[in-house]
Amino acid sequence: MAVEVAPQSAAPSLRRVRFALAMRSLRENWSLFLGTRIGVIGLAIILFYLVLALSHPILMNTVWDERIYDPVVGYAFDETRQPAPPSRSHLLGTDPLGRDILSQLMHSARSEFLLGLLAAVVTVTIGTTVGAIAAYYGGVVDTILMRFADLMVMMPGISILIVLSALIGVEHFELALIIGILSGFGGASILLKSQALSVVVKPYIEAARAAGGGPAHIIFIHIVPNLLPLSFLYMMFTVTGAIFSEAILSFLGLLDVRMSWGLMIHTTEAAGYLLQVGKYWWLIFPASLSITLLCSSFYLVGRAMDEVINPRLRRL
Amino acid sequence: MASYLLSRTIQILLTLFAFICIVFFLVNAQPGDISNVYAMNPELPPDARERLQSQFGLNQPLWQQFLVYVKNVFTGSFGLSFSHYPRSVADVIAERLPRTVALFFTATVFSFYLGFMLGKIIAWKRGGWTEYATTLGGVTLYTVFTPWFALMMIWLFAFKAGWFPIGKFLDPVLWREAPIEANTLFGRMMLTALALSIVVFAVFLATTRLRISGARLIQLGSLVVAVGVMIGIWRATGTGNLAWDIIKHMVLPVLTLTLISFAGTMLLTRNSMLETMREDFVLAARAKGLPEKAVRDKHVARNALLPVVTSLVFSLAFAIDGGVIIESVFSWPGMGQTLVAAAIAEDLPLAVGAFVFVGIFVLLAHLAVDVIYVFLDPRIRY
Repeated sequence: MAVEVAPQSAAPSLRRVRFALAMRSLRENWSLFLGTRIGVIGLAIILFYLVLALSHPILMNTVWDERIYDPVVGYAFDETRQPAPPSRSHLLGTDPLGRDILSQLMHSARSEFLLGLLAAVVTVTIGTTVGAIAAYYGGVVDTILMRFADLMVMMPGISILIVLSALIGVEHFELALIIGILSGFGGASILLKSQALSVVVKPYIEAARAAGGGPAHIIFIHIVPNLLPLSFLYMMFTVTGAIFSEAILSFLGLLDVRMSWGLMIHTTEAAGYLLQVGKYWWLIFPASLSITLLCSSFYLVGRAMDEVINPRLRRL
Repeated sequence: MASYLLSRTIQILLTLFAFICIVFFLVNAQPGDISNVYAMNPELPPDARERLQSQFGLNQPLWQQFLVYVKNVFTGSFGLSFSHYPRSVADVIAERLPRTVALFFTATVFSFYLGFMLGKIIAWKRGGWTEYATTLGGVTLYTVFTPWFALMMIWLFAFKAGWFPIGKFLDPVLWREAPIEANTLFGRMMLTALALSIVVFAVFLATTRLRISGARLIQLGSLVVAVGVMIGIWRATGTGNLAWDIIKHMVLPVLTLTLISFAGTMLLTRNSMLETMREDFVLAARAKGLPEKAVRDKHVARNALLPVVTSLVFSLAFAIDGGVIIESVFSWPGMGQTLVAAAIAEDLPLAVGAFVFVGIFVLLAHLAVDVIYVFLDPRIRY
């Protein structure tokens, strides 16, 4: 009887120990992360834009009149000439079509986050799976997957996106999928495979195999969780890439999106205000700076996480 | 070595083939064909339409079209450009490829040098304010919204200060009565640059290998002499002012490209340096009492260079890719600008042709880096 009871009472305590261990390593990593400073700066910028993105729907429903402040079809009736300079009712002024810049900025922030997140999740899902499979099976499977990854890495990303958007209509969702697939089968799977190779030779993989674990079990239960820190790191860089590509494509007017930061600059360019930087600064700076800041903040967070995760970069 | 290069070349050719396949199927995955342009026209009788299809070979099965396409790619015929009619795609590309290569080669060399130098310094002074400021500045430039940054450069240096021309490849007023074509002249300029770099590299190699005292002085002197001779020859031919015009147009794009891409090399050098600094031979070098600068430059930096060179592949691909934007903003008539303009004008033959050539260019860069790597790391023997 005692033998049967023991595992039942041991299970929760084991879970509690695991939880405590996880919390401790999380706390340690967090303090390491805080020590990098660049990561903190990046995180602060991301939080700022997150607040902007989340408060847009609230503002639209409470303070802002939809006819004036709608980012796409609104018109600032209270201004006599467009683009109007910043004022109390329009903190960042209006664009050449009479739409509120701040509202556009906040509205676009949300779609940038969604785009980045989706692209990153697709990338990492593909990359982790392909990397783990290539490392686990080796041989022919490995060769085929890695040659394919080489091919993907060599693909000129922006150029392929330009050609694709000329061939088919591309929106945010499709764009995120394309970016995710390109970088998932490319750089992500190469990087994660090299990490998976060091996991595959660990004794617990051998033990799992001896205990009768099939390939799927070993890959998804034992290898993939050990790749997660690195893949999370890779996600940050993918987000940067995705937001950047979207901005470039919509700046060139190649995307079928209704509003985005790149499109705001495209509108400015189309209306001919592009080189009047000093006089019409609010048409150019808010959107451009937002793209730059959000891209670099994710990049900085990625760099900081690299310092935490990569043991070879730890301070002695 | 030879067998390694051979196998790499075969691998690259296979990759190229796969690349072309992907391009072909991307183009053919869209519904309809070129005769659909005329499908809406009620005056076009059905038999004329069929004739058009058979003329373009569109009634053949897909695999036959594919074979014809592959043959065309390898013989370099991409058809006629719609937006540059009646010029052929190959003709347009032959004019524009050298311009892109020149721009990116220069920018990559500069940014690599700058990044490596800065990376060395910030790794050595880890944790200081220099590091944070340089990293923040570098990352901001690295992830900056390129069109905006390029625009700011144009606005500041060309529009406000008036130091450089605003864009384009040359000044048409100056070239109106030029005795020579711009492409011929540009070809000669590139040959000069090649000769110059070979001379400088040879002198550099000779002085370091032979351990001549005062190597720095000789290197600097030979550089000055070589540049002087080059300028003299150009002056003598009477086309010096035209060449100077092209160079003036090149300065701003090269500067912009350098500034936006040096941070990649810099951050990688830093990490690579930090890893190398833990090795025992660094401790030994310090214990010998070598000055810090010698330890940094001769012991750590040289060993840290290897992964940085590997990354040159990625940075080159990044440069070409990011260059699509730079070229369009500066209206530099290279491959990237051609690609964007063709995509916007829906000039499909030119867009696909330009895309294939960008791909080939990146593949060749990969091959070149493999060769360089063998020379740099004596531990690698194939």
